Amino acid sequence: MSKVIVENLNLFYGDFHCLKNNTLSIKERKITALIGPSGCGKSTLLRCLNRMNDLIEGVRITGRALIDGKDIYSRDINLIQLRKEVGMVFQKPNPFPLSVYDNVAYGPRVHGLYKTSKDAMEAVVAKSLSAVGLWEELKDRLDVSALNLALEQQQRLCIARLLAVEPSILLMDEPCSALDPFATLNIEELFLNLKEKYTIVIVTHNMQQAARVSDYTGFFLLGELIEFGNTKTLFVNPQNKLTEDYITGRFG
Amino acid sequence: MKEKLIEKTLMLLAFSAIGALLLMAVFIFKEGMPIIFKVGIKNFLFSTHWAPTKGHFGVSSMIVSSLFVTIGAMIIGVPLALACAITLAEFAPQRVTVILKPTIELLAGIPSVVYGFLGVVLLVPLIRDYLGGPGLSLLAASIILAIMILPTITSISIDAIKAVPYSYKEGSLALGATHWQTIRMVILKAARSGIITAIILGMARAIGETMAVIMVAGNALRLPQSPLSPVRTLTSNIALEMGYAAGDHRAALFATGIVLFVFIMVFNVSANIITKRWRRE
Ligand SMILES: Nc1ncnc2c1ncn2[C@@H]1O[C@H](COP(=O)(O)OP(=O)(O)O)[C@@H](O)[C@H]1O
Ligand SMILES: [Mg+2]
Repeated sequence: MSKVIVENLNLFYGDFHCLKNNTLSIKERKITALIGPSGCGKSTLLRCLNRMNDLIEGVRITGRALIDGKDIYSRDINLIQLRKEVGMVFQKPNPFPLSVYDNVAYGPRVHGLYKTSKDAMEAVVAKSLSAVGLWEELKDRLDVSALNLALEQQQRLCIARLLAVEPSILLMDEPCSALDPFATLNIEELFLNLKEKYTIVIVTHNMQQAARVSDYTGFFLLGELIEFGNTKTLFVNPQNKLTEDYITGRFG
Repeated sequence: MKEKLIEKTLMLLAFSAIGALLLMAVFIFKEGMPIIFKVGIKNFLFSTHWAPTKGHFGVSSMIVSSLFVTIGAMIIGVPLALACAITLAEFAPQRVTVILKPTIELLAGIPSVVYGFLGVVLLVPLIRDYLGGPGLSLLAASIILAIMILPTITSISIDAIKAVPYSYKEGSLALGATHWQTIRMVILKAARSGIITAIILGMARAIGETMAVIMVAGNALRLPQSPLSPVRTLTSNIALEMGYAAGDHRAALFATGIVLFVFIMVFNVSANIITKRWRRE
């Protein structure tokens, strides 16, 4: 089942043609990795899927991006609902300068959920923290500032913050690039757990990571999707010469 | 060798500046403390009877007036200043902010006598005609002070809001929060200490302001009965009476200065503590 379908998507930053006619489809409850040299448009494509590019002046987009069959660039789309449905994790962990509890409760609060029941809110916070493996370590320290946590914990918290509003898609933009190798492996394990419930798209410049965690991989070069397919096939038997050059480390 | 000399000279200049400040503080306390002890601290601070030529030195009506004028200025000025700061930092296009922020800061440089004059000419008649009373009043002083502290609070608050990392905003919007929710729940929280510092500095400026207040406050020596009452603040009192004060009277004016000194110290120290905490965060 395709959760996300991108069709002939072009994106321009002013005059700069950043994404060139991208077409791909992302399977539900699988991990899709986007790889490619830095500056090739991976983050830009990711930001198309929750319309974060709307914040940038002078961006123009043509083509379609469908989620559950609905064009997210059509006029009647509710941006707030879209971003609730499609969560995003950033390169540098960015927990809010609030307590751990308030970080996780933030999403439900802005969406007006569990307003009447403190117990329900507490349950959601507990559930979200458990899902990212933070509950045991933090359950007695929910009121400490999130900024006092270790980086890995901060990144987990940022993921928990998304889970609290029950999204179906998680977009991850180089989520491990600020973490040490050990923390990276821990987070990758988390992704494999989350895959059971969520559709995950992960941008990474780390090819080993793509190979380790993803089911499908897309290789980008200068805004073009060069090759897309099953991760194993793409890494073991790439169809395109450029892909082969990249994954064997001959450039980039 | 030459550098050593420059370093020594700079040290000397710095220490003489600090020394001058210390000397001034010592002088104010030396001149003012004896009269406080003579009439008794309690009498000095809590009596409303100020008749210095007859030996009555109670400053409480002036303390109350100073506090009310300052609080009034805060009630009017802080919401306005925050509204300006949020608009300029978050909503106005960059081009507009680049022009408006220096313009607002320029307002802080206008001499206070000009504000006072505007108050007398424009504001006081308005209050007299529409609200009653003599026009020269606590309310007039609060409004003028609110306008005078607006630039300080706005400008520091803009800096505090702009210093909030963009990643917080991005994270919040990506969760589906609206811009306003993001401002209220994340940005203002993150900028909190900076904004509080701005407010305290505004308060210190308001309580210390003299000229504009003398011109519009009416200067009556009584506890204020309503916002329309004319009032005399601690600063006004010193400025109004220093010309002819001698002996104990002169000493009592220095004692009034001590009270102001303490207020300003408290404001500044709390601003410093909060700013430090802000840096640490
Ligand atoms: N806000 C922007 N305005 C103009 N150009 C941008 C902007 N963001 C990214 N770009 C350009 O778009 C290209 C792709 O950027 P990005 O999607 O961040 O690449 P990647 O994530 O693959 O490293 C780069 O050449 C970058 O300079
Ligand atoms: Mg990127």
